[in-house]
Amino acid sequence: MPVIEGWFTMDDDRPQLLGSRCSSCGARFFPKAAACRSPQCGQGQLEDVPLSRTGRVWSFTDNRYQPPPPYVASDPFEPYAIAAVELADERMVVLGQLESGVDVTALGVGAEMELTLGTLYEDDEHEYLVWKWRPTGA
Amino acid sequence: MPDANGQVAILGVGMHPWGKWGRSFVEYGVTAARAALADAGLQWPEIQYVAGADTIRNGYPGYVAGATFAQALGWSGARVSSCYSACASGATAIDIARARILAGLCDVALVIGADTTPKGFFAPVGGDRPDDPDWLRFRLLGATNPTYFGLYARRRMELYGATERDFARVKVKNSRHGATNPNARYQKEVGEDEVLASPVVASPLRLLDICATSDGAAAVVLSSLDFARRRRRRAVKVAAVSTVTPRYPNTVIEMPNFATDSATGVAPPDLAFRDSIAHAAYDEAGVGPDDLDLAEVYDLSTALELDWYENIGLCKEGEAERLLNDGDTTLGGRIPVNPSGGLACFGEAVPAQAIAQVCELTWQLRGEAGGRQVEGAKAGVTVNQGLFGHGSSVVVVR
Repeated sequence: MPVIEGWFTMDDDRPQLLGSRCSSCGARFFPKAAACRSPQCGQGQLEDVPLSRTGRVWSFTDNRYQPPPPYVASDPFEPYAIAAVELADERMVVLGQLESGVDVTALGVGAEMELTLGTLYEDDEHEYLVWKWRPTGA
Repeated sequence: MPDANGQVAILGVGMHPWGKWGRSFVEYGVTAARAALADAGLQWPEIQYVAGADTIRNGYPGYVAGATFAQALGWSGARVSSCYSACASGATAIDIARARILAGLCDVALVIGADTTPKGFFAPVGGDRPDDPDWLRFRLLGATNPTYFGLYARRRMELYGATERDFARVKVKNSRHGATNPNARYQKEVGEDEVLASPVVASPLRLLDICATSDGAAAVVLSSLDFARRRRRRAVKVAAVSTVTPRYPNTVIEMPNFATDSATGVAPPDLAFRDSIAHAAYDEAGVGPDDLDLAEVYDLSTALELDWYENIGLCKEGEAERLLNDGDTTLGGRIPVNPSGGLACFGEAVPAQAIAQVCELTWQLRGEAGGRQVEGAKAGVTVNQGLFGHGSSVVVVR
Protein backbone atom coordinates (compact mmCIF):
# COMPACT_ATOMS: atom_id res chain seq x y z
CA MET A 1 0.00 0.00 0.00
CA PRO A 2 1.14 3.62 -0.53
CA VAL A 3 2.96 5.18 2.40
CA ILE A 4 0.75 8.24 1.90
CA GLU A 5 -2.56 8.55 0.06
CA GLY A 6 -2.95 10.74 -3.00
CA TRP A 7 0.66 11.74 -3.68
CA PHE A 8 1.32 9.24 -6.48
CA THR A 9 -0.41 6.63 -8.59
CA MET A 10 0.05 2.94 -7.81
CA ASP A 11 0.68 2.04 -11.45
CA ASP A 12 3.51 -0.50 -11.16
CA ASP A 13 4.83 0.07 -14.69
CA ARG A 14 4.43 3.82 -15.09
CA PRO A 15 3.79 5.46 -11.71
CA GLN A 16 3.25 9.22 -11.62
CA LEU A 17 3.39 11.86 -8.93
CA LEU A 18 0.11 13.69 -8.39
CA GLY A 19 0.25 17.45 -8.12
CA SER A 20 -2.02 20.43 -8.63
CA ARG A 21 -2.56 22.62 -11.67
CA CYS A 22 -4.12 26.09 -11.52
CA SER A 23 -6.98 26.49 -14.00
CA SER A 24 -6.23 30.21 -14.36
CA CYS A 25 -2.43 30.53 -14.72
CA GLY A 26 -1.37 26.95 -15.26
CA ALA A 27 1.01 26.90 -12.28
CA ARG A 28 1.78 23.43 -10.98
CA PHE A 29 2.60 22.31 -7.45
CA PHE A 30 3.84 19.19 -5.68
CA PRO A 31 2.60 18.02 -3.28
CA LYS A 32 -0.92 19.25 -4.01
CA ALA A 33 -1.55 22.85 -2.98
CA ALA A 34 -4.61 24.22 -1.19
CA ALA A 35 -4.75 27.27 -3.47
CA CYS A 36 -2.66 28.76 -6.28
CA ARG A 37 0.55 30.14 -4.79
CA SER A 38 1.53 32.38 -7.69
CA PRO A 39 1.34 35.91 -6.18
CA GLN A 40 0.04 37.36 -9.44
CA CYS A 41 -2.79 34.81 -9.62
CA GLY A 42 -4.17 33.18 -6.53
CA GLN A 43 -7.65 32.84 -7.95
CA GLY A 44 -7.78 29.76 -10.16
CA GLN A 45 -9.37 26.45 -9.29
CA LEU A 46 -6.82 23.76 -8.60
CA GLU A 47 -7.17 20.41 -10.29
CA ASP A 48 -5.23 17.24 -9.61
CA VAL A 49 -2.75 16.43 -12.35
CA PRO A 50 -0.18 13.70 -12.85
CA LEU A 51 3.35 15.07 -13.27
CA SER A 52 6.02 14.11 -15.78
CA ARG A 53 7.57 10.81 -14.86
CA THR A 54 10.98 11.65 -16.28
CA GLY A 55 13.52 14.39 -15.66
CA ARG A 56 17.17 15.17 -15.19
CA VAL A 57 19.34 15.02 -12.09
CA TRP A 58 19.79 18.41 -10.35
CA SER A 59 21.89 16.83 -7.61
CA PHE A 60 22.14 13.74 -5.42
CA THR A 61 23.54 12.48 -2.13
CA ASP A 62 23.51 9.36 -0.02
CA ASN A 63 22.64 9.15 3.66
CA ARG A 64 24.99 6.93 5.59
CA TYR A 65 23.58 7.52 9.08
CA GLN A 66 20.17 6.43 10.34
CA PRO A 67 17.72 9.33 10.43
CA PRO A 68 15.55 9.87 13.50
CA PRO A 69 11.84 8.94 13.60
CA PRO A 70 9.38 9.31 11.98
CA TYR A 71 11.66 7.61 9.42
CA VAL A 72 11.16 3.88 9.79
CA ALA A 73 14.63 2.46 9.38
CA SER A 74 15.49 -1.09 8.47
CA ASP A 75 17.29 -3.16 11.07
CA PRO A 76 20.20 -3.19 10.53
CA PHE A 77 20.09 0.25 8.95
CA GLU A 78 20.79 0.32 5.24
CA PRO A 79 22.03 3.61 3.76
CA TYR A 80 19.98 5.04 0.90
CA ALA A 81 20.53 7.70 -1.70
CA ILE A 82 18.37 10.70 -2.54
CA ALA A 83 18.16 12.54 -5.84
CA ALA A 84 16.78 15.94 -6.74
CA VAL A 85 15.37 15.59 -10.24
CA GLU A 86 14.14 18.42 -12.46
CA LEU A 87 10.95 17.27 -14.17
CA ALA A 88 10.98 17.54 -17.92
CA ASP A 89 7.85 19.64 -18.53
CA GLU A 90 7.19 21.29 -15.18
CA ARG A 91 10.72 22.66 -14.61
CA MET A 92 10.24 21.69 -11.00
CA VAL A 93 12.84 19.89 -8.88
CA VAL A 94 11.41 16.93 -6.94
CA LEU A 95 13.21 14.90 -4.28
CA GLY A 96 12.99 11.17 -4.04
CA GLN A 97 14.95 8.22 -2.77
CA LEU A 98 16.89 6.40 -5.42
CA GLU A 99 15.87 2.83 -6.19
CA SER A 100 17.98 0.60 -4.00
CA GLY A 101 21.00 -0.81 -5.77
CA VAL A 102 21.60 2.30 -7.91
CA ASP A 103 25.26 3.23 -7.75
CA VAL A 104 25.23 6.95 -6.92
CA THR A 105 28.83 7.38 -7.98
CA ALA A 106 27.70 6.56 -11.52
CA LEU A 107 25.17 9.41 -11.52
CA GLY A 108 25.81 12.96 -12.66
CA VAL A 109 23.98 16.25 -12.92
CA GLY A 110 21.86 16.13 -16.05
CA ALA A 111 21.49 12.33 -16.09
CA GLU A 112 18.06 11.18 -17.26
CA MET A 113 15.88 9.65 -14.58
CA GLU A 114 12.46 8.04 -14.39
CA LEU A 115 9.96 7.51 -11.62
CA THR A 116 9.41 4.09 -10.13
CA LEU A 117 7.76 2.60 -7.05
CA GLY A 118 9.74 0.94 -4.31
CA THR A 119 9.43 -0.29 -0.76
CA LEU A 120 10.00 2.33 1.93
CA TYR A 121 9.44 -0.09 4.84
CA GLU A 122 7.44 -3.13 5.82
CA ASP A 123 5.61 -4.26 8.92
CA ASP A 124 3.81 -7.51 9.73
CA GLU A 125 0.75 -6.51 7.71
CA HIS A 126 1.88 -4.38 4.79
CA GLU A 127 4.62 -3.33 2.47
CA TYR A 128 4.61 0.47 2.26
CA LEU A 129 5.46 1.87 -1.15
CA VAL A 130 6.86 5.26 -2.08
CA TRP A 131 8.00 6.92 -5.31
CA LYS A 132 11.67 6.54 -6.14
CA TRP A 133 14.01 7.63 -8.91
CA ARG A 134 16.14 5.42 -11.10
CA PRO A 135 18.28 6.04 -14.20
CA THR A 136 16.09 5.84 -17.32
CA GLY A 137 16.09 2.36 -18.78
CA ALA A 138 17.77 0.82 -15.73
CA MET B 1 17.03 54.60 2.05
CA PRO B 2 17.09 55.02 5.82
CA ASP B 3 19.84 57.38 6.93
CA ALA B 4 21.39 57.43 10.40
CA ASN B 5 17.86 57.95 11.69
CA GLY B 6 17.08 54.40 10.64
CA GLN B 7 19.86 53.01 12.79
CA VAL B 8 19.78 51.67 16.33
CA ALA B 9 22.71 51.38 18.71
CA ILE B 10 24.10 48.09 20.00
CA LEU B 11 24.85 49.04 23.60
CA GLY B 12 25.83 45.63 24.86
CA VAL B 13 26.37 42.03 23.79
CA GLY B 14 26.81 38.78 25.69
CA MET B 15 26.85 35.01 25.33
CA HIS B 16 26.78 31.85 27.33
CA PRO B 17 29.62 29.62 26.06
CA TRP B 18 28.36 27.02 23.57
CA GLY B 19 28.69 23.29 24.12
CA LYS B 20 26.70 20.44 25.60
CA TRP B 21 26.16 21.59 29.14
CA GLY B 22 23.02 19.69 30.08
CA ARG B 23 21.29 22.65 31.72
CA SER B 24 18.11 24.60 30.99
CA PHE B 25 17.88 27.04 28.10
CA VAL B 26 16.59 29.60 30.62
CA GLU B 27 19.86 29.47 32.53
CA TYR B 28 21.85 29.97 29.32
CA GLY B 29 19.66 32.87 28.25
CA VAL B 30 19.86 34.63 31.60
CA THR B 31 23.66 34.30 31.62
CA ALA B 32 23.87 35.86 28.13
CA ALA B 33 21.37 38.58 29.09
CA ARG B 34 23.25 39.55 32.25
CA ALA B 35 26.49 39.70 30.26
CA ALA B 36 24.87 41.97 27.66
CA LEU B 37 23.38 44.21 30.38
CA ALA B 38 26.76 44.52 32.11
CA ASP B 39 28.41 45.28 28.78
CA ALA B 40 25.80 48.01 28.19
CA GLY B 41 26.26 49.44 31.68
CA LEU B 42 22.56 49.01 32.37
CA GLN B 43 20.49 47.45 35.12
CA TRP B 44 17.76 44.99 34.12
CA PRO B 45 14.89 47.18 35.43
CA GLU B 46 15.96 49.91 32.98
CA ILE B 47 15.10 47.65 30.03
CA GLN B 48 11.78 48.71 28.53
CA TYR B 49 11.28 45.90 26.04
CA VAL B 50 12.27 42.23 25.92
CA ALA B 51 12.30 40.27 22.67
CA GLY B 52 12.78 36.52 23.07
CA ALA B 53 13.65 34.16 20.22
CA ASP B 54 11.77 30.91 20.82
CA THR B 55 13.06 27.39 21.13
CA ILE B 56 10.46 24.84 20.14
CA ARG B 57 11.99 21.57 21.28
CA ASN B 58 11.99 22.15 24.98
CA GLY B 59 8.45 22.50 26.17
CA TYR B 60 6.10 25.29 26.82
CA PRO B 61 8.44 27.97 28.24
CA GLY B 62 10.44 27.75 25.01
CA TYR B 63 7.41 28.90 23.03
CA VAL B 64 7.10 32.06 25.13
CA ALA B 65 10.79 32.73 25.51
CA GLY B 66 10.44 36.49 26.02
CA ALA B 67 8.33 36.15 29.13
CA THR B 68 10.31 33.14 30.35
CA PHE B 69 13.55 35.11 30.33
CA ALA B 70 11.80 38.16 31.84
CA GLN B 71 10.49 36.06 34.72
CA ALA B 72 13.92 34.58 35.35
CA LEU B 73 15.47 38.04 35.37
CA GLY B 74 12.66 39.25 37.67
CA TRP B 75 9.26 40.54 36.54
CA SER B 76 9.78 44.23 35.80
CA GLY B 77 6.68 45.21 33.86
CA ALA B 78 8.67 45.49 30.60
CA ARG B 79 6.85 45.13 27.31
CA VAL B 80 7.58 41.73 25.80
CA SER B 81 7.45 39.64 22.62
CA SER B 82 8.34 36.08 21.62
CA CYS B 83 8.93 34.96 18.07
CA TYR B 84 9.87 31.87 16.14
CA SER B 85 11.32 31.71 12.63
CA ALA B 86 13.61 28.70 12.96
CA CYS B 87 17.26 29.60 12.38
CA ALA B 88 16.24 33.20 11.63
CA SER B 89 14.50 33.59 15.01
CA GLY B 90 17.28 35.69 16.50
CA ALA B 91 17.31 38.12 13.58
CA THR B 92 13.54 38.39 13.74
CA ALA B 93 13.72 39.20 17.47
CA ILE B 94 16.34 41.87 16.71
CA ASP B 95 14.09 43.23 13.97
CA ILE B 96 11.09 43.44 16.30
CA ALA B 97 13.10 45.28 18.97
CA ARG B 98 14.65 47.57 16.37
CA ALA B 99 11.26 48.45 14.89
CA ARG B 100 9.90 49.18 18.34
CA ILE B 101 12.80 51.57 19.01
CA LEU B 102 12.61 53.25 15.59
CA ALA B 103 8.87 53.73 16.07
CA GLY B 104 9.60 55.65 19.25
CA LEU B 105 7.69 53.15 21.40
CA CYS B 106 10.73 52.44 23.56
CA ASP B 107 14.31 53.63 24.01
CA VAL B 108 16.10 50.47 25.06
CA ALA B 109 15.43 46.77 24.48
CA LEU B 110 16.99 43.42 25.35
CA VAL B 111 17.01 40.60 22.77
CA ILE B 112 17.71 37.04 23.92
CA GLY B 113 17.97 33.64 22.23
CA ALA B 114 18.95 30.41 23.93
CA ASP B 115 18.67 26.71 23.17
CA THR B 116 19.48 23.20 24.25
CA THR B 117 19.89 20.45 21.69
CA PRO B 118 19.69 16.68 21.68
CA LYS B 119 22.56 14.61 20.32
CA GLY B 120 22.58 13.80 16.63
CA PHE B 121 20.30 14.93 13.81
CA PHE B 122 17.65 17.54 14.39
CA ALA B 123 14.30 15.76 14.29
CA PRO B 124 10.83 17.16 13.71
CA VAL B 125 8.43 17.74 16.57
CA GLY B 126 7.05 14.39 17.71
CA GLY B 127 3.66 12.77 17.25
CA ASP B 128 1.87 11.64 14.13
CA ARG B 129 1.58 14.81 12.03
CA PRO B 130 1.14 14.03 8.34
CA ASP B 131 0.09 17.61 7.56
CA ASP B 132 3.54 18.95 8.52
CA PRO B 133 6.07 19.05 5.65
CA ASP B 134 8.92 18.87 8.17
CA TRP B 135 7.53 15.64 9.63
CA LEU B 136 6.74 14.24 6.17
CA ARG B 137 10.24 14.76 4.74
CA PHE B 138 11.61 12.44 7.42
CA ARG B 139 8.75 9.96 7.10
CA LEU B 140 8.56 9.69 3.31
CA LEU B 141 12.17 10.36 2.32
CA GLY B 142 14.42 10.12 5.36
CA ALA B 143 15.65 13.55 4.26
CA THR B 144 17.64 14.97 7.18
CA ASN B 145 19.15 18.45 7.15
CA PRO B 146 22.49 17.04 5.95
CA THR B 147 20.62 15.47 3.00
CA TYR B 148 19.95 18.96 1.69
CA PHE B 149 23.50 20.11 2.48
CA GLY B 150 24.80 17.09 0.55
CA LEU B 151 22.68 18.03 -2.47
CA TYR B 152 24.09 21.58 -2.50
CA ALA B 153 27.65 20.32 -2.03
CA ARG B 154 27.40 17.76 -4.83
CA ARG B 155 25.96 20.43 -7.12
CA ARG B 156 28.98 22.70 -6.44
CA MET B 157 31.28 19.83 -7.37
CA GLU B 158 29.44 19.08 -10.59
CA LEU B 159 28.93 22.69 -11.69
CA TYR B 160 32.10 24.42 -10.52
CA GLY B 161 34.57 21.62 -9.97
CA ALA B 162 34.69 22.01 -6.20
CA THR B 163 36.51 19.19 -4.44
CA GLU B 164 36.14 17.53 -1.07
CA ARG B 165 39.49 19.11 -0.22
CA ASP B 166 38.04 22.58 -0.90
CA PHE B 167 35.25 21.82 1.53
CA ALA B 168 37.76 20.57 4.11
CA ARG B 169 39.70 23.83 3.81
CA VAL B 170 36.64 25.78 4.96
CA LYS B 171 36.63 23.71 8.14
CA VAL B 172 40.38 24.19 8.57
CA LYS B 173 39.99 27.96 8.20
CA ASN B 174 37.06 28.25 10.60
CA SER B 175 38.67 25.99 13.18
CA ARG B 176 41.77 28.20 13.12
CA HIS B 177 39.58 31.31 13.53
CA GLY B 178 37.64 29.85 16.45
CA ALA B 179 40.59 28.30 18.24
CA THR B 180 40.93 31.26 20.63
CA ASN B 181 37.24 32.15 20.90
CA PRO B 182 36.23 31.58 24.53
CA ASN B 183 32.55 31.18 23.59
CA ALA B 184 33.12 28.50 20.95
CA ARG B 185 32.33 24.86 21.67
CA TYR B 186 35.34 23.62 19.68
CA GLN B 187 38.55 25.55 20.30
CA LYS B 188 40.93 23.31 18.44
CA GLU B 189 42.55 23.54 15.03
CA VAL B 190 41.54 20.81 12.59
CA GLY B 191 43.64 19.67 9.63
CA GLU B 192 42.52 18.88 6.06
CA ASP B 193 43.35 15.22 6.37
CA GLU B 194 41.42 14.97 9.61
CA VAL B 195 38.31 16.27 7.83
CA LEU B 196 38.86 13.93 4.88
CA ALA B 197 39.30 10.96 7.21
CA SER B 198 36.03 11.59 9.06
CA PRO B 199 33.10 9.34 8.10
CA VAL B 200 30.75 10.30 5.28
CA VAL B 201 27.36 11.48 6.58
CA ALA B 202 25.63 12.63 3.38
CA SER B 203 28.01 12.33 0.46
CA PRO B 204 30.13 14.22 -0.40
CA LEU B 205 29.97 15.71 3.11
CA ARG B 206 31.70 14.18 6.10
CA LEU B 207 31.16 14.47 9.80
CA LEU B 208 33.63 17.36 10.10
CA ASP B 209 32.02 19.17 7.15
CA ILE B 210 28.71 19.42 8.99
CA CYS B 211 28.12 21.59 12.03
CA ALA B 212 27.24 19.96 15.32
CA THR B 213 24.31 20.79 17.55
CA SER B 214 25.05 22.73 20.73
CA ASP B 215 23.56 24.38 23.74
CA GLY B 216 24.20 28.10 23.78
CA ALA B 217 22.82 31.59 24.18
CA ALA B 218 23.37 35.10 22.93
CA ALA B 219 21.89 38.47 23.83
CA VAL B 220 22.11 42.07 22.67
CA VAL B 221 20.96 45.36 24.18
CA LEU B 222 19.64 47.75 21.53
CA SER B 223 18.75 51.42 22.03
CA SER B 224 17.94 54.56 20.13
CA LEU B 225 20.95 56.64 19.08
CA ASP B 226 19.69 59.41 21.40
CA PHE B 227 19.61 57.05 24.37
CA ALA B 228 23.17 55.92 23.58
CA ARG B 229 24.31 59.55 23.42
CA ARG B 230 22.62 60.42 26.72
CA ARG B 231 24.42 57.49 28.34
CA ARG B 232 27.66 58.66 26.72
CA ARG B 233 28.11 55.25 25.10
CA ARG B 234 30.03 54.99 21.84
CA ALA B 235 28.09 52.24 20.19
CA VAL B 236 28.23 50.33 16.95
CA LYS B 237 24.96 50.43 15.05
CA VAL B 238 22.51 48.11 13.33
CA ALA B 239 22.11 49.63 9.87
CA ALA B 240 19.77 47.02 8.39
CA VAL B 241 17.89 43.83 9.19
CA SER B 242 16.65 41.73 6.29
CA THR B 243 13.87 39.26 6.98
CA VAL B 244 12.72 38.72 3.38
CA THR B 245 10.69 35.84 2.01
CA PRO B 246 11.59 34.20 -1.30
CA ARG B 247 10.01 35.43 -4.52
CA TYR B 248 7.86 33.05 -6.59
CA PRO B 249 8.90 30.82 -8.23
CA ASN B 250 11.55 29.71 -5.75
CA THR B 251 13.53 27.28 -7.89
CA VAL B 252 16.16 25.99 -5.44
CA ILE B 253 15.10 23.02 -3.33
CA GLU B 254 15.08 23.92 0.37
CA MET B 255 14.33 22.32 3.70
CA PRO B 256 11.77 20.98 4.41
CA ASN B 257 10.25 20.93 0.93
CA PHE B 258 9.74 17.96 -1.39
CA ALA B 259 9.80 20.10 -4.51
CA THR B 260 10.55 23.58 -5.78
CA ASP B 261 8.04 25.88 -7.38
CA SER B 262 7.59 25.28 -11.11
CA ALA B 263 9.52 27.66 -13.39
CA THR B 264 6.97 27.38 -16.18
CA GLY B 265 4.43 30.18 -16.53
CA VAL B 266 6.25 32.72 -14.37
CA ALA B 267 9.96 33.33 -14.96
CA PRO B 268 12.27 32.85 -11.96
CA PRO B 269 13.11 36.10 -10.14
CA ASP B 270 16.33 37.98 -10.93
CA LEU B 271 17.58 37.24 -7.45
CA ALA B 272 17.29 33.72 -6.12
CA PHE B 273 16.23 33.54 -2.47
CA ARG B 274 19.66 33.27 -0.86
CA ASP B 275 20.98 36.12 -3.02
CA SER B 276 18.00 38.29 -2.12
CA ILE B 277 18.59 38.04 1.64
CA ALA B 278 21.85 40.02 1.80
CA HIS B 279 20.79 42.19 -1.13
CA ALA B 280 17.80 43.50 0.82
CA ALA B 281 20.05 44.27 3.79
CA TYR B 282 22.58 46.09 1.58
CA ASP B 283 19.75 48.14 0.04
CA GLU B 284 18.44 49.13 3.44
CA ALA B 285 21.88 49.98 4.87
CA GLY B 286 23.11 51.77 1.76
CA VAL B 287 26.26 49.63 1.68
CA GLY B 288 27.49 46.95 -0.71
CA PRO B 289 29.79 43.95 -0.49
CA ASP B 290 32.80 46.16 -1.32
CA ASP B 291 32.19 48.21 1.84
CA LEU B 292 32.45 45.19 4.12
CA ASP B 293 35.42 44.28 6.30
CA LEU B 294 34.07 40.92 7.44
CA ALA B 295 31.09 38.57 7.24
CA GLU B 296 29.53 35.98 9.51
CA VAL B 297 27.76 33.47 7.28
CA TYR B 298 25.71 30.42 8.06
CA ASP B 299 28.12 27.50 7.61
CA LEU B 300 25.77 24.62 8.38
CA SER B 301 28.15 22.77 6.11
CA THR B 302 31.57 23.71 4.77
CA ALA B 303 30.23 23.64 1.21
CA LEU B 304 27.33 25.90 2.14
CA GLU B 305 29.79 28.57 3.31
CA LEU B 306 31.12 28.66 -0.27
CA ASP B 307 27.58 29.16 -1.60
CA TRP B 308 27.15 32.10 0.77
CA TYR B 309 30.31 33.84 -0.57
CA GLU B 310 28.47 34.10 -3.86
CA ASN B 311 25.05 34.78 -2.36
CA ILE B 312 26.31 37.81 -0.40
CA GLY B 313 28.27 39.15 -3.37
CA LEU B 314 31.86 38.52 -2.27
CA CYS B 315 32.53 36.93 -5.66
CA LYS B 316 30.73 35.77 -8.78
CA GLU B 317 28.97 32.43 -9.05
CA GLY B 318 31.46 29.59 -9.31
CA GLU B 319 34.38 31.58 -7.91
CA ALA B 320 34.03 30.82 -4.20
CA GLU B 321 36.66 28.07 -4.19
CA ARG B 322 39.18 30.49 -5.66
CA LEU B 323 38.32 33.13 -3.04
CA LEU B 324 38.86 30.56 -0.30
CA ASN B 325 42.06 29.13 -1.72
CA ASP B 326 43.54 32.59 -2.33
CA GLY B 327 43.13 33.27 1.39
CA ASP B 328 40.72 36.18 0.86
CA THR B 329 38.27 34.86 3.46
CA THR B 330 40.90 33.96 6.05
CA LEU B 331 41.83 36.28 8.92
CA GLY B 332 44.32 38.72 7.44
CA GLY B 333 42.73 38.33 3.99
CA ARG B 334 40.62 40.78 2.01
CA ILE B 335 37.28 39.86 3.59
CA PRO B 336 37.52 37.42 6.49
CA VAL B 337 34.47 35.18 6.73
CA ASN B 338 33.43 33.66 10.05
CA PRO B 339 36.25 35.12 12.16
CA SER B 340 34.29 33.82 15.17
CA GLY B 341 34.88 30.28 13.94
CA GLY B 342 31.30 30.09 12.66
CA LEU B 343 28.97 27.21 13.27
CA ALA B 344 31.93 24.94 12.57
CA CYS B 345 33.23 25.92 16.01
CA PHE B 346 29.99 26.85 17.77
CA GLY B 347 27.46 24.31 16.52
CA GLU B 348 23.79 25.15 16.17
CA ALA B 349 21.76 26.60 19.02
CA VAL B 350 18.91 27.65 16.81
CA PRO B 351 17.30 30.77 18.35
CA ALA B 352 20.70 32.06 19.51
CA GLN B 353 22.84 31.87 16.42
CA ALA B 354 21.63 34.88 14.42
CA ILE B 355 22.10 36.94 17.62
CA ALA B 356 25.54 35.39 18.17
CA GLN B 357 26.56 36.52 14.69
CA VAL B 358 25.64 40.10 15.65
CA CYS B 359 27.61 39.76 18.91
CA GLU B 360 30.69 38.82 16.89
CA LEU B 361 30.32 41.80 14.53
CA THR B 362 29.96 44.06 17.56
CA TRP B 363 33.15 42.79 19.19
CA GLN B 364 34.96 43.05 15.87
CA LEU B 365 33.81 46.59 15.12
CA ARG B 366 34.76 47.71 18.63
CA GLY B 367 38.21 46.14 18.20
CA GLU B 368 37.60 43.76 21.10
CA ALA B 369 37.91 40.41 19.30
CA GLY B 370 41.34 39.52 20.64
CA GLY B 371 43.25 36.90 18.70
CA ARG B 372 40.62 36.76 15.96
CA GLN B 373 40.40 40.55 15.43
CA VAL B 374 39.89 41.84 11.88
CA GLU B 375 42.09 44.93 11.91
CA GLY B 376 40.27 48.22 11.50
CA ALA B 377 36.86 46.63 10.87
CA LYS B 378 34.19 49.26 10.20
CA ALA B 379 31.33 47.33 8.61
CA GLY B 380 30.16 43.75 8.57
CA VAL B 381 27.24 41.58 7.49
CA THR B 382 25.64 38.49 8.93
CA VAL B 383 23.54 36.08 6.92
CA ASN B 384 21.38 33.20 7.91
CA GLN B 385 18.23 31.48 6.72
CA GLY B 386 15.24 30.10 8.57
CA LEU B 387 13.34 26.96 7.58
CA PHE B 388 10.19 27.53 5.47
CA GLY B 389 11.43 30.84 3.95
CA HIS B 390 12.77 33.31 6.48
CA GLY B 391 15.66 35.41 5.22
CA SER B 392 17.97 36.82 7.85
CA SER B 393 20.77 39.28 7.35
CA VAL B 394 22.02 42.08 9.60
CA VAL B 395 24.39 44.89 8.64
CA VAL B 396 26.40 46.38 11.52
CA VAL B 397 28.49 49.53 11.10
CA ARG B 398 30.81 51.56 13.28
